[in-house]
Amino acid sequence: MSFISYLVNGISLGSVYALIALGYTMVYGIAKMLNFAHGDIIMVGGYTVFIACSTAGLPPVVGVLLAVIVCTVLGVTVEFVAYRPLRGASPLAVLITAIGVSYFLQNMALLLFGANTKSFTSVVSIPSLQLADGQLNISGETMVTVAACIIIMIGLLAFINRTKAGQAMLAVSEDRDAAILMGVNVNGTIALTFAIGSALAAVAGVLLCSAYPSLTPYTGAMPGIKAFVAAVFGGIGSIPGAFIGGILLGIIESLSKAYISSQLSDAIVFSVLIIVLLVRPTGIMGRKISEKV
Amino acid sequence: MKGKKLLNKTWKENAVTYGIVIIAYIIIQIMVQTGNISSLMKGLLVPVCVYVIMAVSLNLVVGISGELSLGHAGFMCAGAFSGALFTKCMADTIGNPVVCFAIAVVVGAATAAVFGILIGVPVLRLQGDYLAIVTLAFGEIIKNIVNALFIGRDENGLHFSLKSAMDLNLADGGEVLIKGPQGITGNPRVASFTIGVILILITLFIVQNVINSRTGRAVMAIRDNRIAAQSVGLSVTKYKLMAFTISAALAGVGGVLYAHNLTTLTALPKNFGYNQSIMILVFVVLGGIGNIRGSVIAAAILTVLPELLRGMNDYRMLIYAIVLIVIMIFNSAPAIIGYRERFMERFKNKSKTKEAL
Repeated sequence: MSFISYLVNGISLGSVYALIALGYTMVYGIAKMLNFAHGDIIMVGGYTVFIACSTAGLPPVVGVLLAVIVCTVLGVTVEFVAYRPLRGASPLAVLITAIGVSYFLQNMALLLFGANTKSFTSVVSIPSLQLADGQLNISGETMVTVAACIIIMIGLLAFINRTKAGQAMLAVSEDRDAAILMGVNVNGTIALTFAIGSALAAVAGVLLCSAYPSLTPYTGAMPGIKAFVAAVFGGIGSIPGAFIGGILLGIIESLSKAYISSQLSDAIVFSVLIIVLLVRPTGIMGRKISEKV
Repeated sequence: MKGKKLLNKTWKENAVTYGIVIIAYIIIQIMVQTGNISSLMKGLLVPVCVYVIMAVSLNLVVGISGELSLGHAGFMCAGAFSGALFTKCMADTIGNPVVCFAIAVVVGAATAAVFGILIGVPVLRLQGDYLAIVTLAFGEIIKNIVNALFIGRDENGLHFSLKSAMDLNLADGGEVLIKGPQGITGNPRVASFTIGVILILITLFIVQNVINSRTGRAVMAIRDNRIAAQSVGLSVTKYKLMAFTISAALAGVGGVLYAHNLTTLTALPKNFGYNQSIMILVFVVLGGIGNIRGSVIAAAILTVLPELLRGMNDYRMLIYAIVLIVIMIFNSAPAIIGYRERFMERFKNKSKTKEAL
């Protein structure tokens, strides 16, 4: 029974990774850049809810909505200020800029909120579920996280495949120059991608902080990197891939913490990434891309 | 004729870099002798050397090989721990601390180089962002494993464990050398500014000679156009691996120097985590990607500056971040490059018309 409860833990953690990875994978697939600051947008979402609910005393729903709005605005602003001028520059320059943005957000949070850990009150008020005579305990946070993750993934798939804006995203990710010729507003599409990715990061931040209730300026950094691992694991650019990769990574982390070593769990997670990249560089659901001269 | 001139030019360029280091060393030594330097600054001299070595070695990968490595602190960690372990084991046997340190440097460099090869072989098959994230992952793995590592010694030899000091099963009188998260304690502090400067000069010598060698040109050719370089018969994997391994080994040297400046060596996110790797990357970027002299100057200034700006300590990382973003946009944004070129063009035209008059 303990195995199943570790598994449930893993799925819960994995759903958070999956939510973050969805944002990563969309931005990477469409803007072709690694948005290092994505993890820190999660942290901003966490702080927004913390201030709205714990300090200002607003109801959780308002707090979450506020976090989504703040993160969306932040994501679009970052894209406009830091990334848009670099469109067409070398990937190295864009990546270093993204690292700079990540640093900026972390240190801004450090200045505004201080380095001490804030204890986050969960926004989920659903009671936990007792199964098998109380041996298996599924918390409300777990259920909400998994449900939110699945709903968001289905919504995203529908958005991309059924709407005009979604089709524009596909076109931009396929061939940016051709998309311009077909009259697609590339800058607008990329800004929309950042908006959606950042909104997802806000949701992920709230759920992450509800499940693991400690909030510091560096809260988002590690989950952000692990979510990127998940996105690569599932095949970067693929939405179902990010979902599967996130869940698998969460399960691997939870099980290795339980059965191998809690100290080495991060090392194991990262080893998985390396093995995946060696065996199948495009990830589980990724497509093979041939290089053109 | 022309080739000789070119050689002379690069020789002069390199000599200027050595000159800067040596002159800075002499000035600081005079200041130390005459007592014109605060104890705070004195404590910074060795860290400055460490970061200069780290920045120069990272520049070999980022600037010359054109690959973004975010795991440089991992190699530093490998070098630091292997070097410190060697000193702890052999200090009594060898006796002379300088000889012991010199061997420790070689051991640290070799260990880091082995890690460099181990990591480089799989990683260098990837490119761009993937490479960055995998090197970051490797750096974290090294730090993680070192944090969980216990090594002990008794009359039967060395014992290893990844769980706890009890699992080492040491005989009576055995000694625990690496205590997991507590790291290595009781190191002899043999690093000095003179040793640091000598190591900087050796690092510069190696890196500058690699860059101006056949290997260096091959690495740069691969950076500029991989497919073209491949088509003239250059082995991409071989040359990239070479640059990566040399860089890792030199980072190991920096790590050994770092370890011998502390009595207690622990693998914290602060000193060997990816933030440290990014910090070194900031030195390289601000000094100029591919510019070795720039790395030396940027690393030295940016290590000392925060200490001088103690009062602004809260803002210094924020300023770092903003400077990083602004420099990247100013240097790389296509629109700004175009604007700069037009500006320079106008400037040139003006001087030309003046000459004509």
